[in-house]
Amino acid sequence: MTTTETPQKPSLPIVENFTRRAAVKGAFATLGAGAFVAAISPLRQAARNSSAAEFMQTHYSELSPEQKADVIARLEAEAKEKYDADVTIADDRPIPGTKFVYAINLSVCNGNGKCVEACHKENNHDRDTNQSYIRVIEMPKGTMDMEKGSTTYTGAVPKDDKFYLPVQCQQCDEPPCVDVCPVKATWKEEDGIVVVDYNWCIGCRYCEAACPYHARRFNWKKPEVPAKEVNPDQSYLSNRIRPVGVVEKCTYCLHRTRRGKLPACLEACPTGARVFGNILDPKSNIRWILENKRVYILKEELGTKPAFFYYFD
Amino acid sequence: MSSIITPSESESHVTSYPKFIGRSLWLATEGSFAFYAWMTMLTALFLVGANAWANQVAGGMIGTNMTDQVSWGLYIANFTFMVGLAAGGVMMVIPAYLYHDRKMHDVVIIGELLAIAAIVMCLLFVVADLGRPDRFWHMLPIIGKFNWPISMLTWDVIVLNGYLLLNLHICGYLLYMRFLGRKPNPTWYIPFVMLSIVWAISIHTVTAFLYCGLGGRPFWNTALLAPRFLASAFVSGPAFIIVSMVLIKRLTGVGGLDQPIATLTKIIRVTILVNLLMVASELFTEFYTGGSHVSAAKYLFFGLHGKTALVPWTWTAIGLNVTAALLFLWPGLLRFRWRPLLVTACVMAFVGAWIEKGMGLIIPGFVPSTLHEIVEYVPSQLEWKVTVGIWAFGLMVFTIAIKTALPTLKHPAEHSR
Repeated sequence: MTTTETPQKPSLPIVENFTRRAAVKGAFATLGAGAFVAAISPLRQAARNSSAAEFMQTHYSELSPEQKADVIARLEAEAKEKYDADVTIADDRPIPGTKFVYAINLSVCNGNGKCVEACHKENNHDRDTNQSYIRVIEMPKGTMDMEKGSTTYTGAVPKDDKFYLPVQCQQCDEPPCVDVCPVKATWKEEDGIVVVDYNWCIGCRYCEAACPYHARRFNWKKPEVPAKEVNPDQSYLSNRIRPVGVVEKCTYCLHRTRRGKLPACLEACPTGARVFGNILDPKSNIRWILENKRVYILKEELGTKPAFFYYFD
Repeated sequence: MSSIITPSESESHVTSYPKFIGRSLWLATEGSFAFYAWMTMLTALFLVGANAWANQVAGGMIGTNMTDQVSWGLYIANFTFMVGLAAGGVMMVIPAYLYHDRKMHDVVIIGELLAIAAIVMCLLFVVADLGRPDRFWHMLPIIGKFNWPISMLTWDVIVLNGYLLLNLHICGYLLYMRFLGRKPNPTWYIPFVMLSIVWAISIHTVTAFLYCGLGGRPFWNTALLAPRFLASAFVSGPAFIIVSMVLIKRLTGVGGLDQPIATLTKIIRVTILVNLLMVASELFTEFYTGGSHVSAAKYLFFGLHGKTALVPWTWTAIGLNVTAALLFLWPGLLRFRWRPLLVTACVMAFVGAWIEKGMGLIIPGFVPSTLHEIVEYVPSQLEWKVTVGIWAFGLMVFTIAIKTALPTLKHPAEHSR
């Protein structure tokens, strides 16, 4: 091999006083880097709030039983440390042969909002933002146009010229929210409940944009719940206190319903407008209603196939 | 004394490529007092943005004015616009390589460098919008869980990063060959240039599909969204490049820019009208048809139930777009003594497109909400700081990239392709 130093066209010229310039540039680069570290120092505080184990945790579906037990123990310890609450977090799985559906009797619902309140407490929502998975729309009689409705109504209910339309997650059979999630942090379980792995969600809120029923909520801040108000009966995919920066949603209270109880909103309803059950059970109340009442679903034209029905007497 | 680095032919790329990067960076940080002042200002703005973002991560996104009703705001608005800017850079490539415009060949790299800076900004805007940026790795293929091909967002990740790599390769290769003093080998870049044309269109199409695939959001649920995105991208991209070239000519004395400026101006003359035509078509469908689908458009243009936060934005955008269109239609705009007017027209078209794609497209998609609540959104100070920080960073990347390419731009004939 010969190295021929052929006279070539000038490439990049090198300026004079290389070392002095290098020193000045180095000094400014160091200054800039230092300023940058100082600017992002609040991140240290954020890092303190999450452990290496949490950072490394894999997707719910990939956790072995032992890993799941470790994760749950860690989450319970965190609840004690951050909220001073003794909680038990279960990993409730769907019961085979079950498909949960919900129905609301609009002839009976009077807009008292007890369901909204019960949901708020049952699911350990942030007290400040007064969050709930349920919104009740007060609608003028004679229209189904939600634009004419109001979710912020006040005064005594029911008003004569109004009817009331509670909306929560419809647990769609074709859920647009699940399709759009870029990281598979949300999925539909065998019993029809759409869930979120709060430890996998990256907080992009694409699902919130995709949902036609405004059923998803984002944790804009760390939820604050006083220790004595924390509901200690929790489940990994349901009402455990959510981390900041992730999306959450109604799970038909799977920590209750998968244990044979009814959703909190149903128990709280004073008018008996709410019916919940297993549609695969031919003898169930809900099956009878769906077969015998005038039933409809919301935004049917979008093809989301809700597992949430409305009916009139 | 001025020495010259002359890499020998036999030197391995393993040693000469890092040398090239080092030399380029060294050269890119050389400059006049004005250059240092400019970079210092950008650094300061970037640091303000970085600090605001760090506070947002530490305190939660409650610091933004977004809500469950309006769950995307200024960040995603800017992201959408930046995708357009990146795609618009390709308008340098098309005349150069499809129509064999020799003058364009010499400066085509400006558009590619703009694309690189714009994509970097896109990625930063997405990260700024994440509630859990620490879980960013969940989005990576293989080690995370990639919901491909169902989620449009995963498609977007692929096309944006692919476009970034494509442009890095093309620019890197051309500049590196120049550093080595060799003639670039067309087989190593022409196929990639051709691919980048298709790819540029794909990035903006996929980004439009992100929105128009959502059945529950009638304002976005229109087949015209992707073509509209492209039309406005082919206004904002060339507009930015024209202004850059006017500045480059002024500040560095690089010649041969007048004809490319004229070519891009002619392109904008067409695309700005196509864009306005599409806006008009959409408005006709919305307002003449009426029904409940018109609410978002009504809110955008006239306000709804007394809520009017977006109305000033909209009419500003319309005013800027229409005025810019009229200016571009005027043949005298290309005369040298009307350069300031050309720059003004470009700035108007650019800002008009920014509003139209951002505050005029993303926000009204959420107002009224899917349950028809009207919750208004005005970006918070924190959001503005982060946004300005990312823009400053993008301009820094662009400035450095242009400085790296200056020797090539100054002596284009040496490696004429």
